[in-house]
Amino acid sequence: MISASEFLGPELLTGTDGSRGKHWIRREDGDRLWLVLDKQDVSTNTFDEEVFRELDGLLAQAERGRWKAVVFRSAKRSGFAAGADLAQFRGVSAGVDLKRRVDEANDVIDRVAALAPVTIAVVHGTCVGGGLELALACDRVVAVDDAKFGFPEVLVGLHPGLGGTARLTHRIQPVEAMKLMLTGRTVGAGKAHSLGIVDAVVAERNVSKAVDQAATKRMDRRGSGIAGDAVNLLPARKALARQMRSETEKRAPHKHYPAPHALIELWEKHGGSEREMLHAERASFAHLLPMPVTQNLVRNFFLREKLKASGKGDSGIAHVHVMGGGTMGAGIGGWCALKGMRVTIEDPQVSSLAKAVAETHKLMEHKLDGPDLLRARDRFIPDPRSFGLRHADLVIEAGPEKLELKRSIYQRIEREVRGDAIVATNTSSLDLEVLADSLENPGRFVGIHFFNPVAKLDLVEVVRHKSVDEEAYKKALRFVGDIGKLPLAVKAAPGFLVNRALMPYLGEALLMMSEGEQRERIDAAAEQFGMPVGPVELADQIGLDICVAVADSLAADLGRPMPPVPQWLRDQVARGELGRKTGKGLYNYFEDGTPAKAKVVTPPDHAMRDRLVLPMVDAVAAALDEGVVDDLDSADAAMVFGTGFAPFRGGPMHYARERGVCDIAGALQKLSLTHGERFVPSEWWRKAPK
Amino acid sequence: MGAGTIAASARSQARPVYVIDGARTPFIKARGRPGPFSPTDLAVQCGRLLLLRQPFAPNSFDHVILGCANQIAGEMNVARVAALRLGCGEEMPAWTVHRNCGSGMQSLDDAFRAVAHSDMDLVLAGGTEALSRAPLILADDATEWLAEFQTATSVGDKVKALSHFELAFLSPEIGLKKGLTDPVSGLSMGHTAEELAHRFGISRWQADDYALESHRRLARAQAEGWLDGEIEPMFAPDGTVYDHDDGVRADSSIETLGKLKPVFEPYGDVTAGNASQVTDGACWMILASDDAVKRHGLKPLARILDSEWAALDPKVMGLGPCLASAPLMTRAGLSLDEIDLWELNEAFAAQVLSCIEAFADAAFCRDVLGLQETVGAIDRARLNIDGGAVSLGHPVGTSGARIVLHLVNALRRTGGRRGIATECIGGGQGGAMLVEIMA
Repeated sequence: MISASEFLGPELLTGTDGSRGKHWIRREDGDRLWLVLDKQDVSTNTFDEEVFRELDGLLAQAERGRWKAVVFRSAKRSGFAAGADLAQFRGVSAGVDLKRRVDEANDVIDRVAALAPVTIAVVHGTCVGGGLELALACDRVVAVDDAKFGFPEVLVGLHPGLGGTARLTHRIQPVEAMKLMLTGRTVGAGKAHSLGIVDAVVAERNVSKAVDQAATKRMDRRGSGIAGDAVNLLPARKALARQMRSETEKRAPHKHYPAPHALIELWEKHGGSEREMLHAERASFAHLLPMPVTQNLVRNFFLREKLKASGKGDSGIAHVHVMGGGTMGAGIGGWCALKGMRVTIEDPQVSSLAKAVAETHKLMEHKLDGPDLLRARDRFIPDPRSFGLRHADLVIEAGPEKLELKRSIYQRIEREVRGDAIVATNTSSLDLEVLADSLENPGRFVGIHFFNPVAKLDLVEVVRHKSVDEEAYKKALRFVGDIGKLPLAVKAAPGFLVNRALMPYLGEALLMMSEGEQRERIDAAAEQFGMPVGPVELADQIGLDICVAVADSLAADLGRPMPPVPQWLRDQVARGELGRKTGKGLYNYFEDGTPAKAKVVTPPDHAMRDRLVLPMVDAVAAALDEGVVDDLDSADAAMVFGTGFAPFRGGPMHYARERGVCDIAGALQKLSLTHGERFVPSEWWRKAPK
Repeated sequence: MGAGTIAASARSQARPVYVIDGARTPFIKARGRPGPFSPTDLAVQCGRLLLLRQPFAPNSFDHVILGCANQIAGEMNVARVAALRLGCGEEMPAWTVHRNCGSGMQSLDDAFRAVAHSDMDLVLAGGTEALSRAPLILADDATEWLAEFQTATSVGDKVKALSHFELAFLSPEIGLKKGLTDPVSGLSMGHTAEELAHRFGISRWQADDYALESHRRLARAQAEGWLDGEIEPMFAPDGTVYDHDDGVRADSSIETLGKLKPVFEPYGDVTAGNASQVTDGACWMILASDDAVKRHGLKPLARILDSEWAALDPKVMGLGPCLASAPLMTRAGLSLDEIDLWELNEAFAAQVLSCIEAFADAAFCRDVLGLQETVGAIDRARLNIDGGAVSLGHPVGTSGARIVLHLVNALRRTGGRRGIATECIGGGQGGAMLVEIMA
């Protein structure tokens, strides 16, 4: 016997059956022609030359017929299409061939736009990048209520290149269009409708009727009217472009990230004419794609996919019990509940649990509403007396960093927890091997190390020790994937990867401050290198107490010289000036958390930048050499997504390769002569292929 | 044939019915603004921890039943909404029960009879009430005006509708006040207590003294930790923790109580101090059959042996407990002395004292209850030993369940064997349950 809803099964997608080609399904429905994308062997539609060539053939055929309407949709559950297959962008060099490929793809989209019958895009699920560009080439866009729209190209160093910049700025209010493209963010169906990207939002069961209405020309365009046209005039564009440039420069300096600026210039110069802009867009796209910055950002996308892949598969974990309701425990538990897990959370202090509840509810209100919000809140259960422990599939210990305390917690866990449950610790500074030894059953014990703030940082280090059970370890990786985070497989070692890499960088900055260097200048040196935030401000963000604790434990355990922790910093911590969280640390902070920064007196030089950045690169190299992390790509991924290491440089090891292994080893050697043993390059540089 | 002649009923005890576990929220006093929790929120707050305490999954129940006298829009059939939110599953049938103050006990009674009759094996039953969220009610004519205004489509019609507006429409009635007034007799609950106080000679001082004792007993129970395990703390979205019954006034004295003015009628004796408080709270209990106990490896705490409902003139509803509990003792062949503890809901101090007087009155027992002998004087040391609704509040739909739960817990703590939980019910009824602790 099955339930009624199981019997009825999932909702079928209207109109997606017909005669199959390779990637497209063709369906004749009276005087309407449906062209349905169902790319072979993948679960999400992407565009490549094959897909476009097949579409081109179908369009040629359609032009010969006498169709009233041509309807485009996808047969994939995941959504309409995710845009171009980025793999075809890798290793691209400038030249005639690139121009030809861009032209060919654009010609197909232009052919859709030129079709005489009414063209209708029916969009469900994810519709981004090229997928959105195909939809915009249609006369009408009908969205199913779960549809999401966006142009994420700027996040990989590009802008839309299949007509999207021209068509979106002429279909909806241009400033809104530019905002979407400059931020790369996604909007839901409702917002897309109010912006005018979409002309109707319907439930799947009403798609047929909506298509009817559009096909018989009874559906109006939602897009911009007269107001939009005024903004498209040159003087208005110039003024707005200036504003957009200065906003963009703050987050993505022109020097490091050319794409958003190219987009602004594209609209400023050509935004008055859709045809001109289409033409200029192709050239701008072909210009951006082969640039090293773009190639690095595209590579980052694949680094993210690589990390995601290690967490692929369902972990089977549904109930997580968190022990410790402090900042980390609350953040971890709240995130897991947001992502659909049932979470019970305990803490010896009821007041900590209360705070955890308040913060979690704030997070959820920010991300959800209606019944989704109610359900998410109900999944986060404060559990002062630990009733959830014996039901848990996964226990995460997030208590204070004290060995004896953790040992006694593990004893209690082992008495009650289910035999098949995973036991994890969020420890960042205690030795995982020692912790594992204190368990009766160390096989099911792993480290799952989150970063603060949990809701914002996607990287999670999943730490293995000598006696871990492979299945348990895999489950932990999949769990991290299940909650939408990026798992990084690491071996137990002091600082794992990220803390180990960050500490020398932060420590060097503190030493420079002791030497009398202006703190704003130190931060500027790192920011000019491409770090999103300088080391002084970063230390304040992490919390000076935590920095000191991690620095001390690394100094004790790592067996390599580290920059010494200055006494004045210890004194500051003792006084309670812990950084941004207390309003005062290395900087003073305003109410909203921004630091009060003075003007930089003398611009920083390369020597200062090297002194800060190279120890970070060397620490990653040393971790690679010791097998803490599996390979270069994983190390780069971790640093880009875990610390924001200059993304356009592709991560520390890619930077090292591009700059030259010998160059870096030499620079480190030189620094060691003037600044001490801690700069002596690790073994990795000697062994690396030159 | 009347109700008293039904042969087959729960009374014939087709199967024993066990109390497995139970929990309640702290009771929080309504303080003039809507409280942080809706009726369903309250039920979910204590339900989820109660369910985590069990060795079986939340979808193991046959049914979920919840008493609630004031449901609010947006959560109709609180039992089903709570069951879904507690993870009992889409396939969990659930219904909500209303017998005014008896709703919480009615819910337990429904479960009791269903299990006794082999219709169900494992049931989650209880009560919930958020009196602080009782709605404001527009008078009928105001409601009609609003309908007229909302259905007016043209500007002209809307202007016409506006011209019909009267300022009097802006005085919504307080739903609570209406809910606590019996429409047939026209008396509010407080008036019925005044009437009984007069008839049974309960003085203002006696009522105040009783109230003082209720606060003292609750404060002591809190200090001794006797309510740990019965109460599961609540966490509001803004980070406030509620972990104890906050209506208790440990600083009460006969003087401060004596200063209060009568709240229902001039020259009356019933004050806010010697009446039950207006409160939010929820309570759940888990009832099971032998089969369920075996299947899930459960350890029953007690058995519900019997239940009874009675009705009487709404003007004297406060005597309901006497009418409902006397038959329990008769059927079980128990004398007053063999009832180790009583939970008699403290709707009003004067009302509790009136019941005690009635039971001790030979004429009342003979003529009203039809008994051969006088029931006797309930020993105050066995009655509401850890306080009651005067000190911890009376969330209308919940109290009936709370008194049964607390009776079981108090009997276990004091080594008692049998107890009666009983309450008066607005509109002129009484309900009672007889429980027995497992050996």
